[in-house]
Amino acid sequence: MVSSQNESNLLSSEGDSQRTQYPYVTGTSVIGIKYKDGILMAADMGGSYGSTIRYKSVERLKQVGKHSLIGASGEISDFQEILRYLDELILHDNMWDDGNSLGPKEVHNYLTRVMYNRRNKFDPLWNSLVLGGVKNGQKYLGSVSMIGVHFEDDHVATGFGNHLARPILREEWREDLTFEEGVKLLEKCMRNLLYRDRSAVNKMQIAKITEEGLTISEPYSLKTFWNFAAFKNPTVGAEGSW
Amino acid sequence: MTKEHANWSPYDNNGGTCVAIAGADYCVIAADTRMSTGYSILTRDYSKICKLADKSFMASSGFQADVKALQKVLSSRHLIYQHQHNKQMSCPAMAQLLSNTLYYKRFFPYYAFNVLGGLDSEGKGCVFTYDAVGSYERVGYSAQGSGATLITPFLDNQLKSPSPLLLPAKDAVTPLSEAEAVDLVKTCFSSATERDIYTGDSVEIIILNANGVRRETEQLRRD
Repeated sequence: MVSSQNESNLLSSEGDSQRTQYPYVTGTSVIGIKYKDGILMAADMGGSYGSTIRYKSVERLKQVGKHSLIGASGEISDFQEILRYLDELILHDNMWDDGNSLGPKEVHNYLTRVMYNRRNKFDPLWNSLVLGGVKNGQKYLGSVSMIGVHFEDDHVATGFGNHLARPILREEWREDLTFEEGVKLLEKCMRNLLYRDRSAVNKMQIAKITEEGLTISEPYSLKTFWNFAAFKNPTVGAEGSW
Repeated sequence: MTKEHANWSPYDNNGGTCVAIAGADYCVIAADTRMSTGYSILTRDYSKICKLADKSFMASSGFQADVKALQKVLSSRHLIYQHQHNKQMSCPAMAQLLSNTLYYKRFFPYYAFNVLGGLDSEGKGCVFTYDAVGSYERVGYSAQGSGATLITPFLDNQLKSPSPLLLPAKDAVTPLSEAEAVDLVKTCFSSATERDIYTGDSVEIIILNANGVRRETEQLRRD
């Protein structure tokens, strides 16, 4: 008697390869902020395979057309597929050859629809995306999750960044941050994540997009300080804890 | 044979509260502007109110991606209606359309909790309240979302709506003035903010009357 339970399971991942997945190789937080001249985004270069940090040179910040920058956390292979979709989108936009090009708002909307439609088919792209850019002087920064939840704000973050970076940004973000101040703020957040997020690696990139164009920095590391009193004697004040 | 369980849910609750009150010649529609997920706040100034037609405003809380998709579907259906009938949809017509749209996805629902507010063809305020699968009725006032259980008893107390069982049928719209109703709504939200973690940051209030539309914002506690 062949069990037909696999076929009848709405959410089976065995007999039906087009359904709910598990993530395999994942990237951790992405942080994005608006600053005086445009958008700054930061992400480390780690690709974790469960609890192993398998890849240490994964570029999670990429350019999209003339005006936008995308940062992704979550499943890396799904991000690569999203980049293929975006590549085709930008290609067709360019082929119109009409002097008009898709801005960050449009790309964000496109990504939202892609993510939501995959969620509707119970086959999500397992990513949380940050989309930022500048077009005609207008700065834009938005976020999309794997189930299609999306919004725009002056600062956004994915994953652990929501818990560890957003509070810092809420206190210290300002409309008129200079580039140097913005980088310092992002580094402060990334350092925090490095201390407390176990999937974080100390090799990151910061990307900047302004009306003039986009630059993604060479990978670099943050200086860390491990001599905080709290790190040295972590259970002081809470005996029996660890 | 153990059945395999989903390791992922297609739904999330992004929180928030919506309220609408119908008056003799006005309608107040309000919603907070906080968007959350789990115990985190995603953003503090996100609008849950959508203008579907000149005289129909919908406030929706629940799963934001579904709310946005629902707003999109209704807006585009209204655009088609305008092209075909050369006029705006009336609020009761939009109410029926919303109900049908929700029931259409009865077996994979829009996780959206809606209140539709506007002016009917006589210029009287009308409020329609919905569940996630399209069950609806016209009422004098309604609250939906995470703070609804805190607000509804308060509105019941303040607006003394007549029993729908009475004969002859009594009008459900409140005799309160527009200014009193707006003040009542602000009170509702400050109270709900105290006890509901998903409600707060600020409240967006839309007031619809014969003269047009007015928008007010009031700051709420951000904790």
